[in-house]
Amino acid sequence: MSANVLFDAPGPRARVRNRVVGALAALAILALLWFVYRRLDDSGQFASYLWEPFQYTDIQQRIVDGLVATLKAFALAAVFSLVLGAALAAGRLSDHAPVRWVATVVVEFFRAMPLLIMIFALYVGVFTSAPLWALVIGLTLYNGSVQAEIFRAGINAVPKGQREAAYAIGLRKTQVMVFVLIPQATRAMLPSIISQLVVTLKDTSLGYIITYEELLYTGNLIAKNSAGFPFIPMIIIVAPIYILMCLALSALANWIERRGRRSRKGAPPKAGDIKAVEAAAE
Amino acid sequence: MSFRTTAAAALAVLALTATATACGKEGSPSSSGTPDKSGSSSAAAAELPTYTVKTGVDLAGSKTWDRIKKNGKLVVGVKADQPNLGYQDPGSKKYSGFDIEIAKMIAADLGFDESKIEFKTIQSANRETALAGGQVDYYVGTYTINDERKKSVSFAGPYFVAGQDLLVKKGSGIKSTDDLKGKKVCSATGSTSIQRIKDGGYGAEPVEYDSYSLCVQNLASGQVDAVTTDDAILKGYAAQDPANLEVVGKPFSEEPYGVGLLKDDKVLQEALTAALKNHEDNGDWKKAYDATLGKSGVSAEIPQLES
Amino acid sequence: MNVLLDNFALFREGFLGTVELTALSGAIALVLGVIMAAFRVSPVPPLRAFGTVWVTLLRNTPLTLLFFIAALVLPRLGLNTWSFFRLAVLALSCYTSAFICEAVRSGINTVPLGQAEAARSLGMTFTQTLRLIILPQATRTVLPPIGSLLIALTKNSAIAGGFSVFELFSVQKTLGEEGYNIFAIFIWVAVAYLIITLFISAVFRLLETRLAVAR
Repeated sequence: MSANVLFDAPGPRARVRNRVVGALAALAILALLWFVYRRLDDSGQFASYLWEPFQYTDIQQRIVDGLVATLKAFALAAVFSLVLGAALAAGRLSDHAPVRWVATVVVEFFRAMPLLIMIFALYVGVFTSAPLWALVIGLTLYNGSVQAEIFRAGINAVPKGQREAAYAIGLRKTQVMVFVLIPQATRAMLPSIISQLVVTLKDTSLGYIITYEELLYTGNLIAKNSAGFPFIPMIIIVAPIYILMCLALSALANWIERRGRRSRKGAPPKAGDIKAVEAAAE
Repeated sequence: MSFRTTAAAALAVLALTATATACGKEGSPSSSGTPDKSGSSSAAAAELPTYTVKTGVDLAGSKTWDRIKKNGKLVVGVKADQPNLGYQDPGSKKYSGFDIEIAKMIAADLGFDESKIEFKTIQSANRETALAGGQVDYYVGTYTINDERKKSVSFAGPYFVAGQDLLVKKGSGIKSTDDLKGKKVCSATGSTSIQRIKDGGYGAEPVEYDSYSLCVQNLASGQVDAVTTDDAILKGYAAQDPANLEVVGKPFSEEPYGVGLLKDDKVLQEALTAALKNHEDNGDWKKAYDATLGKSGVSAEIPQLES
Repeated sequence: MNVLLDNFALFREGFLGTVELTALSGAIALVLGVIMAAFRVSPVPPLRAFGTVWVTLLRNTPLTLLFFIAALVLPRLGLNTWSFFRLAVLALSCYTSAFICEAVRSGINTVPLGQAEAARSLGMTFTQTLRLIILPQATRTVLPPIGSLLIALTKNSAIAGGFSVFELFSVQKTLGEEGYNIFAIFIWVAVAYLIITLFISAVFRLLETRLAVAR
């Protein structure tokens, strides 16, 4: 924590100055919020008729349906991308050069492609009648490649001595991987894996563009087919749902990271080695 | 912030959204399905016709028909956000409007009851791929017949002729297409309307969204100056916010609407044309019209069918 | 028929659109991200809170939803004279700035404690310490993640194509409607993106070697 090293414990004058700056900043932030509220209010966004549709059980049911569709796409993509990631990581760590090359090309290509471009091509080209699969396969290819890099970095970050010792006591290649490397790598990788899952969850909203009836698509449909087009009320309702889902997942990642740090048996690999890969994921 | 409190809070809120379904007003915001708030009393009284379902229909030699028989139901592509034409109620998910009625009367002549039709929302930009890929059996959704499109799909119809027009804010000063120079004009991606704005030399800046309702929302916020598409569609939007929006009322094109189908499926094309002819002659067309589009005061003329 | 040669002008326009979006949003995101990182380590609690809220909200909102907000909410707040391009730049740069802020902050944490302590004992203020001592040293560790973030930004800019900004995704959509084989289009659009992303990683590799020598 270098944050508190960057400045001295404030003396009386600095305390006053900080308070003044703080008060001004707080005022500015509040003024901004007030301005946003007033502007929306002035343009009639809080008029009751715009919010009325959302009081009906049918509409609420639609939103829940959309949420379920979002979670379904997320669950499928999460499972498939972890499986694909494991397979590709195994390929990249393989002893056979051709396997390594193929895995490397696949990982590098799909990591470099914009997800939307892939999903759209899959939707138009193959899955016109099943946008769910265009979305899930697109998400799987992209996130699987990113997860593969996280796995690989995690395995490589396990101290070399571990692997050597395992071979020395006569374990086979697979055994070294399964009993020695993966268990140690997992603890360090888990936060990065979950961060990538948050990205996966957020990206399910791309389903909106290919007419998969997920949360954002549903919200949009409700807004455009209700009197007065309540797009802004829709955003005010849908945005917190997304943010809370992602926050819950991120919090899980943080919690695991903290727990991992607490029980430092056998020194897990440094999280820093994986951080760089994680950044690539966003 | 510890994980436990955050997660608990998040879960609590999610649970709240879930349980919120348990308390609230029953049913859907508008049972009629049309957001027409002006409540024009006499026209609204017009009732939708019912169609006699034919039996023993067989269209040998039609690829589409083979698929229909296998599925045991019709899949019809429609629009979902055009009041009085193709409109989906956000609560009950039921479709209504003139295009929907046309789809139903054709289905009846193919031997399919209303309950055996599955409506599918297809955006303007995806219509050709949906028909070519067999995602829908036919498409009824403000689909203008033109030569460019005839390269990739076939049409039956026209069953209605609309004209491209402009929707503007009241008092905007836009009186005709001559006033469009330098203005932002919004329409749907892949529609004939946006193509005409791009190619027509009006000097307007085209803005594209995947649906007209986003355009209308942007018109209301002043982000675009006009929304352009067929007058029949625009009148439905103007009716949703009559205090602020108006249709210019000078159509500058003819948009013959057709039923889109798989290219070169001659057998199906003939069957659909015959079905349209049948319902135009027996008065169903007029009844369906009065109960839907007629309410927003669009002129009613049965167009001449292409052979 | 060759998709690329028949539509070269369209591809060029889309390519330039993506480059412009990426370059502008990237520049703004860098500035905004560093400011937010400074907020997050500053001695003033409201600024710290603002930085935290900014990062938390933006990192956990889907970009598609942010674009919705940019296209529908911001015009209501008085930005209705802004073009869609500018709104898209705003959405992309705010989103990316949250990630850059976190990268910069973890970069700040890697600078040895002694550096900041030495600066303080020389009597430097918070801004001086940050500007003259910490950030220059953090730059080295922060470069690789920022390079990745800019590549991510390039890819994310595709969503703008769904909101009336002309770039490479719009090219894909337009040509798809015109009936070209979607996978042929995909290959060329992919090549266009690869050119941009490879360029960015080349620039960052160059910067890294430069700075590594200067150590």
